[in-house]
Amino acid sequence: MADLAVFARLARAQVRGQLSYRSSFVMNCFGQALAQANDLVVILIVFGRVASLGGFDISAVLLFYALSGMSFGLADMAVGSIERLPAYIRTGTFDVVLMRPLGTLLQLFASDFQLRRIGRVLTAFGVLVYVLSTSDIHWSPAKALLLVLTPVAGAAIFGSIFVAANSVSFWFVDARELANTVTYGGSYLTSYPINIYAGWMRTLLAYLVPGAFVAYYPGLTLLDHADPLGAPSWFGWLDTPVAVLAAVLAGLIWRSAVRHYRGTGS
Amino acid sequence: MSAVIGCYLRITLAGFHRYSTYRQAVLAGTATNVVFGLIKVGILTAVYLARDGASIGGYDLTTSITYVWLGQGLLGVVDFWSSDDLSERIRTGDVVVDLSRPWNMQAALLATDLGRAGYSAVARFIPQLLLGALLFPFRWPTDPLVAPAFLVSTVLAVLVSFHIRFLLDMTTFWLLDSRGVRGLYGVVSGTLAGLEIPLSYFPDWAQNALMLTPFPSMLQYPINVFVQDGSVLATLGQQLLWVLLLAAVGRLVLARAMRKVVVQGG
Repeated sequence: MADLAVFARLARAQVRGQLSYRSSFVMNCFGQALAQANDLVVILIVFGRVASLGGFDISAVLLFYALSGMSFGLADMAVGSIERLPAYIRTGTFDVVLMRPLGTLLQLFASDFQLRRIGRVLTAFGVLVYVLSTSDIHWSPAKALLLVLTPVAGAAIFGSIFVAANSVSFWFVDARELANTVTYGGSYLTSYPINIYAGWMRTLLAYLVPGAFVAYYPGLTLLDHADPLGAPSWFGWLDTPVAVLAAVLAGLIWRSAVRHYRGTGS
Repeated sequence: MSAVIGCYLRITLAGFHRYSTYRQAVLAGTATNVVFGLIKVGILTAVYLARDGASIGGYDLTTSITYVWLGQGLLGVVDFWSSDDLSERIRTGDVVVDLSRPWNMQAALLATDLGRAGYSAVARFIPQLLLGALLFPFRWPTDPLVAPAFLVSTVLAVLVSFHIRFLLDMTTFWLLDSRGVRGLYGVVSGTLAGLEIPLSYFPDWAQNALMLTPFPSMLQYPINVFVQDGSVLATLGQQLLWVLLLAAVGRLVLARAMRKVVVQGG
């Protein structure tokens, strides 16, 4: 708990610094919002050519997109700075991280906390509000709870993916881009209904890397839409347990990766 | 004369060698391109399933899948996102060293970039072309003349991309930091060049507007040449026009910037 308080203070300091360059911050924020809107434009163009995709109409796909975008944006903001890990390893500054009396992960998360990444979340949130206000969802208290839980659980899933995938850098320091296949690739994949992908790809990127629980299953439950792949509707509620499991696994992977680390001897 | 050409040729070879040393990074980058390609194939397959196979502006499913692997392979060759060190050298002032060398700086940087593109063509484009051709429905050209035309079109695409990146770096002379401009370009350039979905999926007004920009010249046009969509001569002519125009503007801007540069003694 005390560790989290230190993390919050470090992050706050970063944000204060970023906000002091007001116009640069606004520009960067806008850039992030635009990056997220880019994927939206692609979906809109596709739906200019088709009425449904994998049996889902545009509002369903936009719901997947919005839930996935919010989850990814929140995760990117909270833990995205772990992408700087290769630089730490190459220059030997990871030694310093190991010396300090604060968890290695929390230090990396706080090292480059970028508030501008909220731009992604805002675009996705705007689309979510639009979709929810235009499609007729039969609301119940349970569904309202699921709607609140989903982006948080999704962010935890993406955050775990960020940590687990970037652990690769301890073995292959130049192969940082490999992590992009499941982080940015995961965000791309989960913006669409997962039943459109080939079976082995779903196994790999939607279940083993649990992308299907970010937006697809919770979205189906919110919409009362039967799963074309045959999963029961309570699968939507699995997002939180899956997120907890993913976080534990990512923590274990990180721990064994850090053990593997040898300083550069500088 | 031949000595001058030999000098630039050697710079090109050096560029080729420089990029060939990052084997891990190239492998990781290619793996990332392949995963994104697989996701795109899934989305585009669903599009044609929803349309009962009806083609969109000359693109049927096989052409679209061919488009995916060509586009993913060309991405590394054309390079929208490289973090050029030129803008950093302008910011720090090191650029005056480059400017005082007995060469044409623009041509020398271009020579390096051609070396980089050549290495990417071997290490990233060809493997993905083979992967797409062997494992997926693939549309090989029916005319042997397509091969040289595609090569010319790809070289022109690299030239257009280089000259735009050069201009973006040049903005550093006035803005002192080109990260904002380059960031925005990085977000929109791919989609506008036809990386996410073929430009023929776009609404007509958007296609007409894009015809007036250099974006399609960087990706969609070489792909069109390969899949024999549209007139080859018109396509190459349009690309050549953009190369000449952008090169001239780049030269002009560099000349203007030179007048601004003040070398502090040292």
